[in-house]
Amino acid sequence: MMELKVLGQAQQAENPKGGCSAGSCGSTDDQLSHLPEAIREKVHNHPCYSEEAHHYFARMHVAVAPACNIQCHYCNRKYDCANESRPGVVSELLTPDQAVKKTMAVAANIPQMTVLGIAGPGDPLANPERTFATFRMLSEQAPDIKLCVSTNGLALPAAVDELARHNIDHVTITINCVDPEIGAKIYPWVFWNNRRVKGKKGARILIEQQQKGLEMLVARGILVKVNSVMIPGVNDEHLKEVSRIVKQKGAFLHNVMPLIAEAEHGTFYGVMGQRGPKPSELQALQDACAGDMNMMRHCRQCRADAVGLLGEDRGAEFTLDKIEQMDIDYGAAMQKRARVHAAIAEELAAKQVAKPAEHPVQPKGISDKSYRPVLMAVATQGGGVINQHFGHAKEFLVYEVGMGGVRFIGHRKTDLYCEGGDTCGDGESVLARNIRALEGCEVVLCSKIGFEPWGQLEEAGIQPNGEHAMEPIEDAVMAVYKEMIEDGRLDEGAAGQAKATA
Amino acid sequence: MALKIIESCVNCWACEPVCPSTAIYEAKPHFLIDPKRCSECEGDHANPQCASICPIEGAIVNSLGEPMNPPGSLTGIPPEKMAEAMAEMQAR
Repeated sequence: MMELKVLGQAQQAENPKGGCSAGSCGSTDDQLSHLPEAIREKVHNHPCYSEEAHHYFARMHVAVAPACNIQCHYCNRKYDCANESRPGVVSELLTPDQAVKKTMAVAANIPQMTVLGIAGPGDPLANPERTFATFRMLSEQAPDIKLCVSTNGLALPAAVDELARHNIDHVTITINCVDPEIGAKIYPWVFWNNRRVKGKKGARILIEQQQKGLEMLVARGILVKVNSVMIPGVNDEHLKEVSRIVKQKGAFLHNVMPLIAEAEHGTFYGVMGQRGPKPSELQALQDACAGDMNMMRHCRQCRADAVGLLGEDRGAEFTLDKIEQMDIDYGAAMQKRARVHAAIAEELAAKQVAKPAEHPVQPKGISDKSYRPVLMAVATQGGGVINQHFGHAKEFLVYEVGMGGVRFIGHRKTDLYCEGGDTCGDGESVLARNIRALEGCEVVLCSKIGFEPWGQLEEAGIQPNGEHAMEPIEDAVMAVYKEMIEDGRLDEGAAGQAKATA
Repeated sequence: MALKIIESCVNCWACEPVCPSTAIYEAKPHFLIDPKRCSECEGDHANPQCASICPIEGAIVNSLGEPMNPPGSLTGIPPEKMAEAMAEMQAR
C-alpha cells in the first residue's frame, strides 16, 4: 500500500527521492523546525523566518543609513521611486531621533511588530554613528523590540564589538561570492582605507572582510544569516560553494534571492540586459544548496522602509508629519504588546497541536508504482488554508507534492516588484504576468477564479482548481495529487508538465 | 581650488560623511560642495574622498570642469567596449 504524507521535521531524512533528503527545507508552516532549540527560541517570533509567523508578527525597517561604501551592479543609488517594492528602495530618510520616534509609534500602534531592522538604502555599517545611535536609544527606550541589521560586510569586522553591545538579534551579511574573479563581475569597486579599489583587488578585500566578520560574529554567539543574490551566468553555480562555506563557518540560514534586474530600475545589470533567474532556476539552486545549508524559502524582498506584516506596507500611516502628532505612552504600549504577543504564541501553539501529523493517501489499484512529483501553486491569505481569489493574489505559495509527501518550495510574486501598473515596464497584462510567475506549476489552487483566467491558465498547461476553498493547504494539494494519479495524468507518456511559458 | 558636484548627482549621501573638511552639504536639487571649505583633501588624504566614493561617473568635476571619474572608469567598461559587454551579459 502506498502511503503519502506531509513531511514534518523528523520525517524529512527518510524521504529518499522527494528531493528533500537533507532535512533542511522546512515544513510548510515553519521553516525553522529543523533548527536547534536555542536558535528557534531566538527567532520564532521573527516574521521573516516563518511562513506562519509572518501572518501574525510584523517587522519594520528604518532608513537611517543612506551612505554606501561599495557598488553592486544590481543596485541603483537613486532610490526614490514610490512605485517600487524591492530591497534598498526607500523614500524617507530619517535621523536617528526620528527613526526611534517612528519605531516606537509603530510598536505602540501595531503591537504585533516585534522586529526593527536597519538595512538600507545604504550600508548600515558605513554609517556607524547613525546606525548605532538608533540602536542605542531603542535598546534603552524600547527593550521589547528585537533589533537586526543587514550589511555588505565591508565594515563588519570593525563593528562587531559595538554590535555585540546592543540588543541585536541577528546580523544578515549579503555574500554573493567567495571568489574575487566572480566578485569583480558583481562589485566594480569598493571604498577601502580612503581609496577606491577596483576590480578583483576590491572584490578580494570585500570577500575577506565578509568572511572575517562572519567568523567574528559566530565566535560571539550572534546569529548570522547570509543573503545571496542569484545572478545567472555569474554566480549561480558558485553559490553552492558559498552555501557550503558559510554553513561551515556557522551561519544559521542561507537566503538565496533572485536578481531583480528590470531595465526601468536603472541598475547597471538592468540597463545592460543581465537577466534574473527563472523561478525554476532559483528553485533548483535552492534545492542544491539545501544539501549543505538551512535555506530560507519565503523572503519577500521587501522595501527597505517597509512597515507591517510581510507583503503589506503600512508605512503611509507613519510618515514624519503623522508621527510628530502622536503622543506615545510606551510603558502602556509595552504592556499591551506583551499581552498581544502572548496571545499569538498561544494561538500558534494550539495550531501546532491541532496539526495532523500525516496525510496518508491510498489510491485504488496502484500499489507499487512510483510517480513523479508535481508543483502546485496556492492562493492564500494565511492561516494555512486556501482562502484567496486567484485574481486577488499578489503571490502564490508553491508546493512540491510527491510520493514522499508535501514540501513548501517558496513563493512566487505576481506583481514583480513594481506596482506602477501597465504604465511601468513592458505593459504586460497582470494575468499574463501571473501565468508567467507560475512557470513549472501544473495546478493552481484558489478559493475562486474567473472565467477568463481559467481558460488562459488551461491553455498554458496549468490546471486551475477552486474545489478546495477553506481547506488546509497540505490536505488539498495531496488530494489533488491523488486525483492526478487516479486519472492517469502522472502515467508515463501522459500530457506532461506545464508548457514553458518563459 | 575646489571640487564641484554637478546635476548628475543622485543624492546617495556617500560623499557627505567622508569629507574631511565637512564641505559637503545636502541641498536641492542635489548635494553641493562649499568651495571655500573644499581643499580637494590635500594634506588629509592621497585622493579626494568624495570623488573616491561617488558612484556616478561625471558627477564630480575638478576646478577645470573635468570629470574626476570619466566615462567607463567606474563600471570598468570603456565606452567603446560597451556594446560588446552588453552582448556578453545578455547571453548569460
